[in-house]
Amino acid sequence: MNGPDQSLFDVEEMEINFGPQHPATHGVLRVKMKLDGEKIMEAKPIIGYLHRGTEKLFETMDFPQCIPHTDRMDYVAAATNNQGFCVTMEKLLGVTIPPRAAYIRMILAELQRLASHLVWLATHAVDIGAITPFFYTFRERDAILDLFEEYCGARLTLNTMKIGGVPFELPDGWLDRCSELVDGFNAHIDEYESLLTENRIWKKRTIGIGVVSAEEAIEWGLTGPPLRGSGVKWDIRKVFPYDRYDEIDFEIPIGKNGDTYDRYRVRIEEMRQSVRILRQCLDRLPDGPEMARVPKVLRTKEPGMVYGSVEAPKGELGYFIVATEKGTAPYRCRVRPPSFINLQALPAMVEGHLVADLVAIIGTLDIVLGEIDR
Amino acid sequence: MSDPIMVYIGIPLIKGIVVLGVLLLTVAYLTFAERKFLGYMQVRLGPNRVGPKGWLQPIADGLKLFTKEDLIPGRAERFVFMLAPILLFAPAILVWAVIPFGESFTIGGVEIQPFLADINIGILFVLAVSTIGVYGIILAGWASNNKFSLMGGLRSAAQMISYEVPMGFAVASVLLMAGTLSLVGIVDAQRDYGLWFIFPGILGFGIFFVCGVAETNRNPFDLPEAEAELVAGFHTEYSGMKFAFFYLAEYANMLVVSSLAVILFFGGWLRPFPNVEFLAFLDLVPPFLWYAGKVLAFIFVFIWFRGTFPRYRFDQLMQIGWKWLLPLSLANVMLVALGVLLLKG
Repeated sequence: MNGPDQSLFDVEEMEINFGPQHPATHGVLRVKMKLDGEKIMEAKPIIGYLHRGTEKLFETMDFPQCIPHTDRMDYVAAATNNQGFCVTMEKLLGVTIPPRAAYIRMILAELQRLASHLVWLATHAVDIGAITPFFYTFRERDAILDLFEEYCGARLTLNTMKIGGVPFELPDGWLDRCSELVDGFNAHIDEYESLLTENRIWKKRTIGIGVVSAEEAIEWGLTGPPLRGSGVKWDIRKVFPYDRYDEIDFEIPIGKNGDTYDRYRVRIEEMRQSVRILRQCLDRLPDGPEMARVPKVLRTKEPGMVYGSVEAPKGELGYFIVATEKGTAPYRCRVRPPSFINLQALPAMVEGHLVADLVAIIGTLDIVLGEIDR
Repeated sequence: MSDPIMVYIGIPLIKGIVVLGVLLLTVAYLTFAERKFLGYMQVRLGPNRVGPKGWLQPIADGLKLFTKEDLIPGRAERFVFMLAPILLFAPAILVWAVIPFGESFTIGGVEIQPFLADINIGILFVLAVSTIGVYGIILAGWASNNKFSLMGGLRSAAQMISYEVPMGFAVASVLLMAGTLSLVGIVDAQRDYGLWFIFPGILGFGIFFVCGVAETNRNPFDLPEAEAELVAGFHTEYSGMKFAFFYLAEYANMLVVSSLAVILFFGGWLRPFPNVEFLAFLDLVPPFLWYAGKVLAFIFVFIWFRGTFPRYRFDQLMQIGWKWLLPLSLANVMLVALGVLLLKG
């Protein structure tokens, strides 16, 4: 909207509270905005409405007891949260997990990435006004959740990994059902893309919106698709491989312009890469135990600090754990949630855009408030 | 049966009641149709619990909204707040006074015209009355004393005014071809030509329909109530029957726009190629069914849009209106005028 710099009349900025109860904030995010007409002059995210003190709770619990609490941070992607914690703890305790456990973990994590990206696509599309992709993606997400349910009994808060491996052997026939889903998945992605990718309105609403340059993205500490959308090839699975990702062949999709459309393309391509990883994992799944030999009570040997991270669907999910001598619980545990760090970019990304773009940008950052507030 | 009381009061009254009843029932079942169609487009079933296959759902909805507590926010402007739904709903119904549904027929020696009035400025009446609806939306947004509602109201004011202009020009191109403002006259003109106006007026129809979608605040132009941004837009604060009025008005307006599109461009109640003898067997279908079928096809397109498109942004919407549709519609009027001049002399 191009108008004269000097306004003809006295204008007053309208202050408006967007959320915490608002359909487009993906939870209880509150954004305090100053508006000039529909133009956002200033936006300030206010968080903390879902704070449960998870990090403090960790200190009161044995290491294995922490795992169910990690589920509840990014509740859209519980498996990768479990994985992050377990990978970090194994680093601290010096445990090596058996190959079968690592492969099962990768299968679960990639299924979770698909499920999480499906939720992102659904809500992002609804925010921009396309309601139909929501139902298509939730159909597939439900199939994935069915697989989870069959494996560990839960659909959302999975608690599906243990320090030293995974708690259960795969049920009979699970691999076939998973295979079937994986084989058909690319066709489903094509279906979503046919609704959005070349849609003129979709392009108009996303190209050039919320542009982040590569330098800015690195300065803000963005990770995951918001970083890769700006053209930085950075994926924890490649740069610091954990579990057995170094044995898997996959690409890191990157964008060029760092706008909402590029991030959309990156996530869509990531889903295709996840399918590729899943296919390889299912083909190569080795035999053997699903748990390493770990003591009944996990106890650190000496005081120490460890940082471990995994590539969660939303970015780098890191755990920083401080351990005492002969401790059975973290002395201090700090989580590096990707959504929290990515949300920092919001004020700069929306400035000068319209209110309608705010919801597009919140959608493209793919935040989960459970993880931001912890 | 030439009793003047009957002719001037009785028959119009009966016709009015019939039109109103059929209209409201259609509107109620449009909400059902929309949910069913959308359901099937979105791999789900839609409402199927109330009555056989969900057929009583609109009635259940109506009862539910009717018995709901009718909240008025403490800081709202009470009178305007209550006036707004009426201002939106009444014009949407009033327009039907001049919309014709079919040809005259006789029952028991009485000639019945299947429209309430054939006034010689029919189309002007429709445009004028339906514009009043904008006030309903603006006032609803303003009277709610809610910033989201206000923004919804302002958006819709800008939107409806912008799209009224190209729509007017698109209608003007039809008027040039028909040479009359009467809606019945326009359909008769299409019969005389032996051709629906869609064939010479395809561009005008495109403009008209896009504007119609924008006028009715439907996807992809549903910005005034863009739930992702503005919660529920101008009707955020409304509940109960007042909310139902907004809802019904939206569907009634969809019917109006569809009816106008059918009358102006698709020959109203005429069969395809009304003068071709070869297709005379199509006359077995009564005119009213031709009309209703065409209108419902348009309604389906409305629903289809909703299942397919994302939403435009406010400034993009304005750009389309002023930078594309307005020049196009002006050019269209010129072209049609030139054509009429050359062909008719």
